Amino acid sequence: MTSVVTERTPTASAEAATAALPRRRRWRRVGLGHALQTFAFFVPGLLIFGYFAWWPMVRSVLLSFQDTNLVSDPSWVGLENFANILADPLLWRAVVNTLTFALVSLVIGFPLPLFLATVMNELRRYGGVFRVLVYVPAAVPPVVAVLLWKWFYEPGGDGVFNRIAGFVGLGPFPWLEDPSWAIPSLVLTATWTAAGGTVLIYLASLTAIPTELYDAAEVDGASIWRRVWHVTLPQMRGVMLILLLVQIIATMQTFIEPYVMTDGGPQDSTVTVLLLIFRYAFVYGDYGGAAALSVMLAAVLAVVSAVYLRVTRTWSQS
Amino acid sequence: MTVDQSAPSAAAPAGRAGADVPPSPPPHRRRRAAGRGGVDDRRGLLSSADHQRPAVRRVLTPLQLVMFLIVFALSVLPLLWLAKSAISPTQEILREPFRLWPSDPQWANFASAWSELGVGRYLWNTVVLTGGSVFFQMLVATTLGFGIAVLRPRYSKAVYGAVLSTLLLPPTVLLIGLYLTILDVPLVGVNLQSTVWSVWLPAGVHGFSVLLCVRFFEGIPRELFEAAQIDGAGPWAIFRRIVLPMSKPILTVVGLLGVMASWKDFLWPLIAIPDSGAQPISVALARIAPFVQENMLFAALFIAALPPVLLFIVFQKHIVAGAGFSGLKG
Repeated sequence: MTSVVTERTPTASAEAATAALPRRRRWRRVGLGHALQTFAFFVPGLLIFGYFAWWPMVRSVLLSFQDTNLVSDPSWVGLENFANILADPLLWRAVVNTLTFALVSLVIGFPLPLFLATVMNELRRYGGVFRVLVYVPAAVPPVVAVLLWKWFYEPGGDGVFNRIAGFVGLGPFPWLEDPSWAIPSLVLTATWTAAGGTVLIYLASLTAIPTELYDAAEVDGASIWRRVWHVTLPQMRGVMLILLLVQIIATMQTFIEPYVMTDGGPQDSTVTVLLLIFRYAFVYGDYGGAAALSVMLAAVLAVVSAVYLRVTRTWSQS
Repeated sequence: MTVDQSAPSAAAPAGRAGADVPPSPPPHRRRRAAGRGGVDDRRGLLSSADHQRPAVRRVLTPLQLVMFLIVFALSVLPLLWLAKSAISPTQEILREPFRLWPSDPQWANFASAWSELGVGRYLWNTVVLTGGSVFFQMLVATTLGFGIAVLRPRYSKAVYGAVLSTLLLPPTVLLIGLYLTILDVPLVGVNLQSTVWSVWLPAGVHGFSVLLCVRFFEGIPRELFEAAQIDGAGPWAIFRRIVLPMSKPILTVVGLLGVMASWKDFLWPLIAIPDSGAQPISVALARIAPFVQENMLFAALFIAALPPVLLFIVFQKHIVAGAGFSGLKG
């Protein structure tokens, strides 16, 4: 970014810009007028962040200790919401499902973009076409992807994927109909919509690796594999560690795939924590319970991030 | 509150990590410096000598070809299939899904999806919601960014810290509190539910855009502002005549990512806009999908996917450059 800035600031344009300024506002430079003008720039941001970020954040925490039905005034109930949630058998189901979803996403979705980006970075022609192909699914609205894949997953011999599997003598698979197949099926769809963005991030950091490192390794006689191992991977470690965390945090908040494709079924096998929060609030009308569960999810994610960053700090510096 | 807020919680560390590595030009800049005949002679892992080696060629070329075919099959074929099915009769979609071209193309599916399913209206709702969301996102990002990076009053550090803190928390913790807030906005006491404001105003909360603007504005040499001040320019004049014109690259990236993100947004509009007539297409499609004939549904899906895909293809250079800054799902 800094480089972009310096490129964009030739002195000539600076002089042109200052020359174009009106000279009549000199008096506003100092004093109360200036302070007010300065504050005016903070007003939209303070109002919007205040109303729609900081207050709702505080309010979610307060709500988690309250009972509210949106009609009468909320009453304080202490830890009751938390106790109710923790006693809900569906919660543990949702926790296990969410962790499974995150884990399967890692296995499928983490190495794939890295591999794609590494090979794409060696393309000497058609790199642009390749990038477009890889990113197009990420440009498709998730709801379109999810509804389309839901159709592909049609069980029985007539479903699109089952027909394809049939060509090579496999299947038919139950896809979304079977509790043990449902989560991997959702993960495939989620990976389809998310991988393109990750590839672009990896490509950006691959291009940022100083080519001198490869030159030096080559002069020292390092083979291609040794260059991958001793130059590419160490240089990419920082971004890989961050993207791993991004992916964990994102997959722990999965919503649209289970909401649209399975509505939590079959047999609650795809109820995720976020889907449960949604149900508590907008199906059961228990906003206190929903808030309590959000606070717990946020706390878990915060702890995961803190521990992760602490553990990986030593790795990424070494 | 947009879709990709699931990402910023970790995009922030990514942004900060970016500050430690030496700045590099966005990828497309280097690509443009490619050598003659479209061959990119910037080296990566492999050097030109490697590319000449027969062993490398024998492995690399087929590998890249196979990958190209797989990527093409996975990313584009489903969308081409969608396009074809949008003009096919429903029976044919069911019986012969792999038919290359419909026996009797039904172009009218688009027209009936547009008017009978209400796709036209939902699309218009999406355009309005996206436009306003991006406006508020950029309004907040540029004004706050200017205040924090350029004007720097004493309270700016505290404000910046509070803005960045929103990046660290997952958006889900906001969800319930935000919902109750739009039902009855404090001090004003209006109910924003099902109005455009319920999506527009929370879209202004985008800490990552503020971060990008602050970092970009900080890079503008301060001598420019001092020179302008001597010439009598106030903060507003400096903002409008120096900072904004010089920041077109970053504003383009922020704007495009904002458009893509709010076009895709699902969970927040689902909650904020229960009135079916006011819903954006993403929410409406999920609602009507179970009750619609397949070919009409596919026509509607195709119409919904077309604008963001075209937007990406037209502005891909900016979006590719921006993806380097953004998180997943960007």
